[in-house]
Amino acid sequence: MKILVCISKAPDTTSKIAFTQDNSRFDENGVQYIVNPYDEWYALVRALEIKESSGAEVTIITVGTTSDEAIMRKALAIGADEAVRIDSEPNDAYFVATAIADYAKDKSFDLVLTGKETINFNGSQLGGMIAEALNAPYISIASKLDVSGNTLTLEREIAGGVEVVEVSLPSVVSCAKGMAEQRIPNMRGIMAARTKPLQVLAPNKTDQLTHYVAFASPSAKSGVKLIDPNNMDELVSLLHNEAKVI
Amino acid sequence: MKNIVYIQANGTLPKAAFEVVSYAHQLGGTVTVLATGSLNSDALSVLGSYGANEVIVNRAITGNDDQTIAAWLAQHIAGAHNLVFSHDFNGKAIAPRLSVKLKAGFISGAVALPEADGSIKVNVFSGKAFGYVKSNTAQRIISLLPNSVAPSMTGNACTVQEVNESMGDSRIKVLSVKKPEGTIPLPEAELVVSAGRGLKGPENWGMIEDLANALGAATACSRPVADIGWRPHHEHVGQTGVAIRPNLYIAVGISGAIQHLAGVNGSKVIVVINPDSEAPFFKAADYGVVGDAFEVVPKLVEAVKKFRANS
Ligand SMILES: Cc1cc2nc3c(=O)[nH]c(=O)nc-3n(C[C@H](O)[C@H](O)[C@H](O)COP(=O)(O)OP(=O)(O)OC[C@H]3O[C@@H](n4cnc5c(N)ncnc54)[C@H](O)[C@@H]3O)c2cc1C
Repeated sequence: MKILVCISKAPDTTSKIAFTQDNSRFDENGVQYIVNPYDEWYALVRALEIKESSGAEVTIITVGTTSDEAIMRKALAIGADEAVRIDSEPNDAYFVATAIADYAKDKSFDLVLTGKETINFNGSQLGGMIAEALNAPYISIASKLDVSGNTLTLEREIAGGVEVVEVSLPSVVSCAKGMAEQRIPNMRGIMAARTKPLQVLAPNKTDQLTHYVAFASPSAKSGVKLIDPNNMDELVSLLHNEAKVI
Repeated sequence: MKNIVYIQANGTLPKAAFEVVSYAHQLGGTVTVLATGSLNSDALSVLGSYGANEVIVNRAITGNDDQTIAAWLAQHIAGAHNLVFSHDFNGKAIAPRLSVKLKAGFISGAVALPEADGSIKVNVFSGKAFGYVKSNTAQRIISLLPNSVAPSMTGNACTVQEVNESMGDSRIKVLSVKKPEGTIPLPEAELVVSAGRGLKGPENWGMIEDLANALGAATACSRPVADIGWRPHHEHVGQTGVAIRPNLYIAVGISGAIQHLAGVNGSKVIVVINPDSEAPFFKAADYGVVGDAFEVVPKLVEAVKKFRANS
């Protein structure tokens, strides 16, 4: 079985989010990058569990620049077998998805996994786009994934509940909490990752369908109003009359 | 300008359906709602009062399969400028497919109407910032974050046309559906009561549920509380859980770590109850109660009950 896991880099969750002076770009000053948690904790770790239980070859893929190789080595240290980097700035989901689908289309992957979203762009776009480009079924926001032969059984989020579904391989799945648990790479993994193959490919020519014109930080709260713990009637009255939320 | 909205219509229409129709109406021009599902035509005609000019409902598609739904939508959107979805489980699966099928720019997670330059404000960095995104194509797809744009009534009921256009079988087979009974789904909830490790143990959630019931609110929790199994995973809010934008978010015994705030700071009003006046959450709050949850929450439950009884 061949599994392709799409990973992207994201600023560490404690990062202060700031932008360059003209607000056109994310200010990377002092920012530590991590593997996007959904990609790492759920997609990658579940792929490795499948590898351990029934055998699989796990390839990670990133569309990004040289600076992404540190997080790719981390994914290799956790246990992926090989890595592919499509050498380009990932500025548009369509561009990234098409680049990944172009790479994947003649390599007969059985399963393509993504995280349910990135913690920096929150788009939830990639999985559906790759599925469409590969004409594959797409199971989004899956919290459970089991493989038996050629069949996948999954649980995924639907309106106010969970749907249990079955689908044949090949398929594309976006992964969410519940599917697996975070793994910390050990020394042996880190050593082994240094010599695992990391292939760099040039992207095919594809279009970008969107672009960011600017970024902005949310306006700060004007300050908290403290309420006497013995006067909850006052809080309720403020929520009703002042805030108008109840 | 021609606008198309997709909604899934199996049970009662969720608030998100009114939001997307209102949003499309405010974009200007006509609004056609393309719906799939079994909801009766009378109930669908109500969408007219939120700005829809017509509803076309396909009775042949009742499930959640993004591939057949996208294929059907693609047949009906010639000449449309905007295709609007709710940024929910459905929109997140169908809209990206359509973006590839139509080669139309997809603006995901919109929180407002377009700016003068045509860009649209979206949620990025899990609520820690906003971005302004522009489509490079004339036809664009927009998914709207729930609770971002208030639905508004503008007109009268509209016509509903029923069609039966099968797009073939779904390749995904549904084995079963699990729905928690009677709970309000978190992303749609207008009022949310949330609690964290400060509650000391799962046996103490009774008062949180009492408060949620008194308000008609959904319940949520911080990540460690879900990780240790005090509460179900679907209640975990934050950067790596669900991101929510309710009108009111009441945080009890939650310190307000940056990863937690990321998922909730889109809330219109935040109330924090915590004995530690230095807890970072107070900086993000509108109203704060410095006090012990075990004393404060039962008093708040009584106050809410009294208020509800008198209003
Ligand atoms: C990569 C990463 C991702 C993360 N993602 C998330 C996420 O999505 N969501 C999330 O929530 N966290 C997330 N976290 C964890 C986050 O950093 C915090 O650890 C977590 O939010 C703390 O949860 P808490 O506030 O419930 O607990 P604590 O930080 O332990 O705070 C408990 C609070 O309860 C108060 N308290 C104590 N006794 C009482 C009482 N009697 N009454 C009232 N209050 C009391 C205390 O004063 C304290 O402020 C993430 C962390 C990492 C590293």
